[in-house]
Amino acid sequence: MILETTQQALQALFAGSVPADGAEAATPRGNGVLTRDYKIHGYHLDAQVAADQLLAAVTILDQAGFFIESITGVDWIKENQMEVIYDFSRYDFDTCRVVIRTRVPRDQPIVPTISTIYAGANWHERETHDFFGIKFAGHPHLVPLLLPEDADFHPLLKDFKA
Amino acid sequence: MSTPIQLRPDETFILNVGPQHPATHGVLRVKMEMDGEYIVKSETVLGYIHRMHEKMGENRTYAQYLPNLSRLDYLGALGYTHGHVLAIERAAGIEVPERAEYIRAITVELNRVASHLFWFGAFVMDLGGFSPLMYAIQDREHILDMLEAVTGARLTYCYYRFGGLYNDIDDDFIEAAKRFIPRMRKSLKKYAALVTGNIIFQKRLEGIAPVSAEMCRKYGATGPVARGSGINFDVRKNEPYSVYPEFDFDVPVYHECDSMARYKVRMDEMEQSLRIIEQGLEKLPGGPIMAEKKPKNIKLPVGDFYQAVETARGSFGIRIVSDGDKNAYRLKLRSPTYSNMHLFDEACEGMLIMDALAFMGSLDLVIPEMDR
Repeated sequence: MILETTQQALQALFAGSVPADGAEAATPRGNGVLTRDYKIHGYHLDAQVAADQLLAAVTILDQAGFFIESITGVDWIKENQMEVIYDFSRYDFDTCRVVIRTRVPRDQPIVPTISTIYAGANWHERETHDFFGIKFAGHPHLVPLLLPEDADFHPLLKDFKA
Repeated sequence: MSTPIQLRPDETFILNVGPQHPATHGVLRVKMEMDGEYIVKSETVLGYIHRMHEKMGENRTYAQYLPNLSRLDYLGALGYTHGHVLAIERAAGIEVPERAEYIRAITVELNRVASHLFWFGAFVMDLGGFSPLMYAIQDREHILDMLEAVTGARLTYCYYRFGGLYNDIDDDFIEAAKRFIPRMRKSLKKYAALVTGNIIFQKRLEGIAPVSAEMCRKYGATGPVARGSGINFDVRKNEPYSVYPEFDFDVPVYHECDSMARYKVRMDEMEQSLRIIEQGLEKLPGGPIMAEKKPKNIKLPVGDFYQAVETARGSFGIRIVSDGDKNAYRLKLRSPTYSNMHLFDEACEGMLIMDALAFMGSLDLVIPEMDR
């Protein structure tokens, strides 16, 4: 039930673009909402949004009562892109896991912070900044969390040399 | 003539708790701005034992990475290795024999009881009662001996393999587990009489450190912390995996939102874990413990896979982004105490320092699991 309503709400962000069907994503995939086979992938909805649609997408999930599971990044060095992945889930028995992802240019990785919506995003964003150097615009305290306080390196970048 | 020292009425000072402090049970530091005994503001500083397990996940094969998972949470390691093998099996499409899944569930639940027992002892010790820790460690010792005999390790287990187990359980293990259940039930009664009913204990916890369900949602708190705030959420029930749907067990939920509620959730959970172990031993099917058709070198299909499991501390998630190679392209570990501890800074504002330390104990922190 919640799956359909969330899918519709997220789909509304992409008015005008081609609605994605349940098929596996083509590479490279465009922005849009896909349903995924839970048995294989472990989540139900997979939405790729533009960085400026992020707050709108997260607000939809917040209003629908989702809790924040985690935030992380992926360095796609070949495509010269950086991906930020947000995981959301629910406390009730209407199981629905939603993944929001956004891609930004690798040399200018800036996405807006969602810690204004989910306070718990604060540490996850700091951690993602530690590991990838992704900047979260508007974050209240974007200093190293897990790395040493004077760290100026980002160990999960694919071109990182220890 | 020296001038008298004068204190301004609005003066605050910074108190540094940790990184070496008995109340944090590991290397965790909390900077607190204090107004007398009251906390004005607090800031948690993590990372003192950060080991970059996620990077190791990228430069090792999936099988080589197995031992890493038990170095996250040294008290409830089996839950974490369970999550890892389930994630790989899900992505690679490996069928696990039923006997192996039953043994996994039994050992994970034994490990959960051991973890909660140690937490119980340490928590009561934080509050000033020393002897319950000794009783708890004695009970836990039985579990560790049992698990040592089948897994070969006392804490950092590497027992599960993709497609099954490293070693079958024997009659000695089953006998020991059957002897342990009534013993543990007796102990739980003893703990209830010794600790739960204690008036000092109650006064230290009841109504202290309220964490609302809304705060849990905003921070992504799971496990006993969420269940102590009236949220009926347990991955074993909400998102069933392994053979948990076969078992009849309840999820204890308390609505008081205080430290006592979190304590009670864990104490009740031990009884529920015993029920699962009991049923598991009864229903334990025969057969192989390892999948027959299993590739020797595991390569996952291209894609993005997520697996959540309920560990002793809450919902542990593992995300594997695969580019089809024998290593993960990206491996993310979502640790439950990380999110549970995150709400501490907001929740402890205005709290007495002693209440805040009791609150920290009720969150059941394991620092290596937070720092990864």
